[in-house]
Amino acid sequence: MVGGWTTLLYKELLRFWKVSFQTILAPVVSALLFLLIFAHVLGDNVRVYEGRVGYTAFLVPGLVMMSVLQNAFANSSSSLIQSKITGNLVFILLPPLAPLEFFGAYVLASVARGLAVGLGVYLVTLPFAAPQMAGPAWVLFFATVGAGVLGMLGLIAGIWAEKFDQLAAFQNFLILPLTFLSGVFYSIHSLPPFWFSLSQVNPVFYMIDGFRYGFFGVSDVSPLLSAGVLLGTSLVLGGLTLQLLRRGYKLRY
Amino acid sequence: MTAAVAIRGLEKSFGTLKALNSVDLEVQPGEFFGLLGPNGAGKTTLISVLAGLARADRGSVTILGHDVVSGFRDARRKLGVVPQELVFDPFFTVRETLRFQSGYFGITKNSAWIEELLVSLDLVDKADTNMRALSGGMKRRVLVAQALVHKPPVIVLDEPTAGVDVELRQTLWAFIRKLNVAGHTVILTTHYLEEAQALCGRIAMLKQGRIVALDTMPRLLDRFRALSAHLRAPALPEQWANQASAHRGDTWTLPLKDYGDLERLLTDCRLSNTPLTDLRLEATDLEDVFLRIMEAH
Repeated sequence: MVGGWTTLLYKELLRFWKVSFQTILAPVVSALLFLLIFAHVLGDNVRVYEGRVGYTAFLVPGLVMMSVLQNAFANSSSSLIQSKITGNLVFILLPPLAPLEFFGAYVLASVARGLAVGLGVYLVTLPFAAPQMAGPAWVLFFATVGAGVLGMLGLIAGIWAEKFDQLAAFQNFLILPLTFLSGVFYSIHSLPPFWFSLSQVNPVFYMIDGFRYGFFGVSDVSPLLSAGVLLGTSLVLGGLTLQLLRRGYKLRY
Repeated sequence: MTAAVAIRGLEKSFGTLKALNSVDLEVQPGEFFGLLGPNGAGKTTLISVLAGLARADRGSVTILGHDVVSGFRDARRKLGVVPQELVFDPFFTVRETLRFQSGYFGITKNSAWIEELLVSLDLVDKADTNMRALSGGMKRRVLVAQALVHKPPVIVLDEPTAGVDVELRQTLWAFIRKLNVAGHTVILTTHYLEEAQALCGRIAMLKQGRIVALDTMPRLLDRFRALSAHLRAPALPEQWANQASAHRGDTWTLPLKDYGDLERLLTDCRLSNTPLTDLRLEATDLEDVFLRIMEAH
């Protein structure tokens, strides 16, 4: 006998793997299109890190991390909302799975999908710009913990939403602005003061900036600060998600 | 002996609607127990609390001595639930579905029992078919297999034969009966009262969240025991014709006190040379009892 959570994790992995065309390949193609368009249009006009890094190379880690985060969110949120709406969530609620096991399986599956998509984006962008990895440990840390945080946010969204458009609202009005306004496509030092200040309270900015530090050894803020924000965010969201699961909020009536 | 299911002072409300109102109930190990009631009586809510899908406002529920809240792990291991809705995960095949369900209960090496379930429920040919491609009846069989995959000693079936054809119904009941004979406690909710009458040893009837009747099947039937004869004859001896509760043309309905009454009726007809062209007897069944009890509350 082993804990039921390993089966739930395996099921969640198999779920996205079975539709990998949609869950892995499609976001890789989207990121590639972003790279081609932005690099072509802005490549010669944008200076980042005082010209020490080319714009296309700068863009690659941003796009990789954006894909990691968006897909980690999509995995847990879409799996949960589909199970809730089709009613098959009952098969997970009936067995003796504790809230922590439920949490662990969904978040780890999100991390796995986020990393799989991130790796895919990194590989297809290599021919266009091959940024050196100055600190692979930073890259791995920010990608893994960042995906975990978005996986938790996906769980919260999946628990809260009762229909697909509520989830779409969460995705379009929270996740998308957070990721697009996080310095994926630019350095926040190039922003006007208001947007610069706003970016500094966006936790996704720290995830992207820290991740980028792992490639170039240069970043807008200290990687230690980014790591601290990321860990703090993961503790807060982790605690909140577990609390919702313990209470059975919108899951057990 | 520890009760298979013990429910004490259970209350559950949804806003102002009291779905369960001071429900007390014990089901003993090995019983085949029926939970009956009209739509909205609280049957599914009661099952949901039992299964941990809903939380009671007050009261307690134990499964073989394990509280469904404080001892949820043990309680859920002892319980298998066949849900009322035809739900399934469209990503997986029948075999994958059963393996996952087994794994959720921490049982990863369960192939022999899964194969046995596939055979018993006539699912072998569909084992590697995606759930989406199955008919409604087949999906219902998979739901039953999922509920049994961890070999629970207590099985709850929430209207398992709703919309199911006769053949599957027979297969299903034969299998569930076999499990009951092997010692499993079975709790059944159904709107097919003839099924409940044929299968259940004891019955609880719910109305508006309250238990309005709780007894063994024979005692419940005895409460309103009655016999009536439906017969066709051109005329009846006067004393019987006067007792008829319905009469149209040559069709008569006569309430009888017992089978002795029937014997007297037939003797009187023979002595008066009254030819009977048809005779059908009707005894009180669970449906009559159910309707009488529901009317009274």
